[in-house]
Amino acid sequence: MLRLPPIRHAAPTTLEEAITLLQSEGAVLAAGGTDLIPNLKRRQHPADVVVSLRRVGGLRGVRVDANGTVRIGALTTLATVAGDSRVPAVLREAARSVASPQIRNQGTVGGNLCVDTRCDWLNVPDTWRQAAEPCLKAGGEMCWVAPAKKVCWAVSSTDLAPVMIALRAEVQLVGPVGARSIPVEDLYRMDGLDQLAKAADEILTEVAVPLEPGLRATYLKLRRRGSVDFPILGIAAAIHLDDARTCTAARLVLGAVASAPLRATHAEDALIGRPFGSEAVAAAAEAARLLARPLQNTDLTSRYRKRMVPVFVRRALDELAGD
Amino acid sequence: MTLDPHIGIVGRAAPRVDALAQATGNLRYVDDLSFPGMLHGKILRSTQAHARIATIDVSAAEALPGVHAVLTGRDLPVAFGLLPVSQDEHALALGKVRHVGDPVAAVAGSDPDIAQRAIELIEVEYEPLPIITTIAEAIEVVDEPLHGEGPANNRHREVSLDFGDVDAGFAVADHIREDVFFYEGSNHAALEAHGAVALVEEDGRLHLFSATQVPHYLHRIAAEVLDVPAARIRVTATPTGGGFGGKTDVFSHELVAAHLARVTGHPVKLVLTREEVFYAHRGRHPVLMWVKTGFSDDGRITAMWFKTFVDGGAYGSYGAASLLYTGQLQTATYRIPAYRFQGVRVFTNKPACGPKRGHGTPQPRFGLEVHLDKAAEDLGLDPVAIRERNLVEPFTTTVNHLRITSCGLAECIERVVESSRFRHKHRNLPAGQGVGFAVGAYMSGAAVPIYFNDMPQSEVVLKADRGGGVTVYSMAADCGQGSTTMLATVVGEVLGLEPSELALVTADTDLTPIDLGSYSSRVTFMAGNAALEASRKLADLVVTAVADQLEVDPDTVSLGKGAVRAGDREIPWPEAVRIAEAKWGPLVTTGTFRPAKGIVGDYKGAGVGPSPAYSYSACVAAVDCDPETGFVTVDHVWLAHDVGRSINPLLVQGQIEGSVHMALGEVLMEEQAFRGGLHNGPSLLDYKIPTVLEMPQVESILVESIDPEGPFGAKEVGQGPLLPVIPAVVNALHDALGIRVDEVPLRPDKVLAALQGLARNGTARYGPATIPGYPFRSPLPVEPPPNGTRA
Repeated sequence: MLRLPPIRHAAPTTLEEAITLLQSEGAVLAAGGTDLIPNLKRRQHPADVVVSLRRVGGLRGVRVDANGTVRIGALTTLATVAGDSRVPAVLREAARSVASPQIRNQGTVGGNLCVDTRCDWLNVPDTWRQAAEPCLKAGGEMCWVAPAKKVCWAVSSTDLAPVMIALRAEVQLVGPVGARSIPVEDLYRMDGLDQLAKAADEILTEVAVPLEPGLRATYLKLRRRGSVDFPILGIAAAIHLDDARTCTAARLVLGAVASAPLRATHAEDALIGRPFGSEAVAAAAEAARLLARPLQNTDLTSRYRKRMVPVFVRRALDELAGD
Repeated sequence: MTLDPHIGIVGRAAPRVDALAQATGNLRYVDDLSFPGMLHGKILRSTQAHARIATIDVSAAEALPGVHAVLTGRDLPVAFGLLPVSQDEHALALGKVRHVGDPVAAVAGSDPDIAQRAIELIEVEYEPLPIITTIAEAIEVVDEPLHGEGPANNRHREVSLDFGDVDAGFAVADHIREDVFFYEGSNHAALEAHGAVALVEEDGRLHLFSATQVPHYLHRIAAEVLDVPAARIRVTATPTGGGFGGKTDVFSHELVAAHLARVTGHPVKLVLTREEVFYAHRGRHPVLMWVKTGFSDDGRITAMWFKTFVDGGAYGSYGAASLLYTGQLQTATYRIPAYRFQGVRVFTNKPACGPKRGHGTPQPRFGLEVHLDKAAEDLGLDPVAIRERNLVEPFTTTVNHLRITSCGLAECIERVVESSRFRHKHRNLPAGQGVGFAVGAYMSGAAVPIYFNDMPQSEVVLKADRGGGVTVYSMAADCGQGSTTMLATVVGEVLGLEPSELALVTADTDLTPIDLGSYSSRVTFMAGNAALEASRKLADLVVTAVADQLEVDPDTVSLGKGAVRAGDREIPWPEAVRIAEAKWGPLVTTGTFRPAKGIVGDYKGAGVGPSPAYSYSACVAAVDCDPETGFVTVDHVWLAHDVGRSINPLLVQGQIEGSVHMALGEVLMEEQAFRGGLHNGPSLLDYKIPTVLEMPQVESILVESIDPEGPFGAKEVGQGPLLPVIPAVVNALHDALGIRVDEVPLRPDKVLAALQGLARNGTARYGPATIPGYPFRSPLPVEPPPNGTRA
C-alpha cells in the first residue's frame, strides 16, 4: 500500500469547529480511520484535510436513557459495543463480526455506519486502477461491473446498518443548522458513489436503539473467513411472535448485496400475520432472494451470493424460532 | 573420540537461536536498516499487460527537487534470469512490457513521498498489444508472442519423456482411468515484503542488503547486470520475515537499488508495497493436468501417463525447472514401472510464476493423489491399500532414475492412519463429514545446482578463539525455516556446546563460504553436512591436542557440556581450545558438501528431481462440509513426516504446522487470479489466507528413518509436509459429500456446483473437462536404470 498523500490533519475540540472545517473543499471526516486511511492510501478520493473527531467530547460511550433507549455515541469503539451488556445482543454480535479485534479496538460505531461502499475494482491502489480505465467512483465515466449503465454498484459493506434498521434505530445528525434525528434506514440511498443521505457538513453523533421487549433478532454474515473480512451478505432479522406463535411484526434487512442495506418488505409481508413455521419462512426466503441483486464486485461470485440469500434468511429465521 | 549424537543437543526441542530477537522486535530486517544520507527508491510499474513502450519522458521527474536519479531500461540493459536457459528479464523494461506491474522506470528521492511523486511525473506512452492470459490462448500461434518474433505460439519450454515401455504397461492393465485437474496459482504472501538497501562503502565496493533466500545467485546476477566484478560487490542477506520460495529469484528492485546507489553515491532503500509483491510474484504456477494410469485388478500400477500445462506468466524465472518438477516426483512415492511425462510451460501476460514451497510438485501431487483415490474406488480397494500396494521401497532406483535411499513412507502411513483412526472413519461418518488420505515426497536439496559447476554446494568454516568462542560461517540464508539454528545445533552437538553460545555469521558473500541458498529444501542436508564435517575436524584438533597434553589415547577423550574429558579429568572447553591453538596454530576448519556421484540420470531433463535423499509424508484430513453453503471446514489434520532425524523437533513441528496452514490456504481459498491482466485482489484483505480461526488442530507425527547420508540422518521438512494436505482435504470432501471437485481451491461455489450436478444428473464432479489438443513432441525414450523399479 502506498503512503498517505500529503494531507492536513485537523483535530477540532468542538462539533461546531468540526462542522466548519468540513465545509472547506477537500475535507473528509475521520472517526477511527480504519476505513478512511486505507482508502486515502489507495488514493480512492482526493482529500486535503482530515477532520478528526477524536478530540471532540461527548461522542463516546453507551447509556440507557429514561425511555429505555440505548444511546451509543458515534465514537464508541466496536469493541466497546461488542462487550457492553446494555446493548441488544444482536447488535453486540454484529459489532463483534466486524473486521478483526485490532480494527474493532479502533473502529467506531459511527464509522461502521458510514463505511464507504466497496468494489473490488475500486479498492486497489491508484496504479492498478490506472491499468483499467477509471470507473465512475474513481472519477471516470464507466462501471467495470455493469458497463451497460452509468451507475456505480459499489457495495454497502456495513455490518451494523442492517441490524440497526431491523431494530428501528435512529441516528442523530448535527449540522450547521442544528441537530436532526432520522431512522438509520433513511441514512442510506441506493448510490454507490454517494450512499449517505446526509450533507457533507453533517456529523453523525449518536445512535439511538430502542429496546423492544420480546423482540427476537439475529444477524448472520457471509464471508470467507471467520475474521477480518467484510460481509458479502448480511441478514438482519427481527420478529415478534405472539403466544400462538403467529408473527406479529417482522423486519428483515439484507446487507452487502446492493449499494445500500435493503429492507426486504415482501419477505416481511410473507411472515407478518402468519403462523411462524417452515412455510412462512420459505416464502420469506424466496422473497428475499428475488430482492437481492449482488453483482460481481466482491469476494466469491455474484451467483453464489444470491444463492446464499434464501439459505441465510431461512437460517436466521430458524434461529429465531427457538423457545 | 566420541562424536555420535548422544550429547543430546541434536534431537532436543529448543527455540530458535534468534527467537528472542524476533519476538522482541530486535532482529533487524531489511526495512529496519538506515544509513546517513539514505535515499528512497521507487519503481514505476506498467499499467499495461502487454505493450510496446513508444516513449518515456522522465524530464519532469528529474526536475522535481529532491530527486537524485531516474533510471529506465537503457540504464541496465543486460538481460538476466535465474536459470542460464532463461535469460529473458531486464531490471527495467526495454522496449516492451509483458504484464501489469512490469518494472518500467525507477527513481531515487530524498524521501519516500518525493520518490512517489517523481514516478507519478514520468510519462510513458504505450502501444498496447493483444494480451494472452490463458493456457489455451498461449498455445495458439499469434503475431505478437511475449518473447521473440511472431508469428509464434507462447511456448516457453516443453518436455516429453518415456521411461520404460509405456504402451506395453497400458496393454497389460486390467483397469485404466483418466482424470483432468486444475490447480490455481497462489502467492507466497510472506509477512515481510521484499526489500533491498544498497550503498557504496568507503572502499568503493558496492554493498547490497536484501531480504533474499539466495545471496549467492543475487551476487552473480548483480555482477552481470551492473557490469561490476563480483569481487567489488558484497551481498548481505538480511533475516527474512518469511520466504517460502518467494525470495529465491533475483528481482528488479534489488538491481535497481544497487544501481541507484552507484549513480547517486547515496545509500538507497527500496522496499516493495504489498501490491508490488503480488505483481512481482514468482509463486505457484497454475497447472492444468491430465493423468492416465493403468492398474492390475489388485491395484498395482502398470503404467502412468502424465500431462501438464503450466501457466508461467511473463518470464522464465525458475520455470524450466518448475515444468520438470510437475512430472518428476510422481515416482518418488510409487513404483511406476513405465511412465510417460509430457508438459509444456507457456508465457502469459501475468506476473511470472516461480518456486513456492513444494516447487512444481503440489499441483501434480494433488492430481495424482485424488486420481488414486478414485482408482481405489473403481477397484474396490480402500485408499490406503492402493497406495501400500504401490509403495516405493527404500534403496531402489525409480524408472526415471531417482535414487531412493531411506524411506519412512510405510511408517508414516501406518502411524497417520492409526492415530487418525482413518479406517474406522472413512465412509462411516455422517453426511457432511469426511476424512481423506494422501501421501507425498520431496527432495532434500536439488542434486544439480542452478548453473553447472564442479564446486561444492555448501561450505562451512568454523573458527575457535582463545576465549573458547566458536564462530560458524555459512552463507545459508535463514528464510524463517531455522537454518541458522540448525547450523548451531549440529556444531553444538559435535563440540558439546550449547547452540546459544555459538557465534553465527551467515548469508554474507564477503564473510562466509558458499551455500547456494535456501531453496529446494537443501540447507539442512547440505549445509548441515558441511557443518558436521567442519565440526568433526575442529573436535578432532581439540581432542588430539588435549590427549597429547594429557598423554592419553585420543579415543578415551570425549566432548560435552562445555568441557573435554579424559577419564576423571575434565578440561573446560576454553582451556582445551588454548591447548589446541598452542599445538596447531589458528583453529579454523572447513567442511563441504557435494551430492554423491552418479545419482543423476543422463537424459535431457534428468537434472531436475534427483536429490541426495527424499522426505516422505502422509496425511489424513477431517473435514466438515456444509452442503447448503458449500463451505468446507477442516477440523483436524494428522500429518506424519519422515524427516530422517529431527535435529530440532520443535522446528520440525513448526514446519509441519506452517505447511499445513499454507496448504489449507491453497486448497480452500487462495487464488492468484486475474481479470485480464489485473490481479483480482492484490492485498491481504482481498487475497484470502486462512486466519487463526481457520487453522485446525494439527497432530504432527515425526518419523525418523535415519538417512545414511543426512547429517545425523536428517532430511528435509520445510516443503514436503505441504504436499499431501491438499489432496487429503479434497479426498475428504468426497468422503463427506460424495462429490469430486477436481480443481483447487475448493471455493464454496464449486462445491455447490458439484452438488447440483449430483442432484440433477448424478454427475458429482466439478472441474476442467478436457486439456488442449497440444501437439507434444513424440516422447524421448529413456532406458530404465539396470537395477530399476521392480514391476
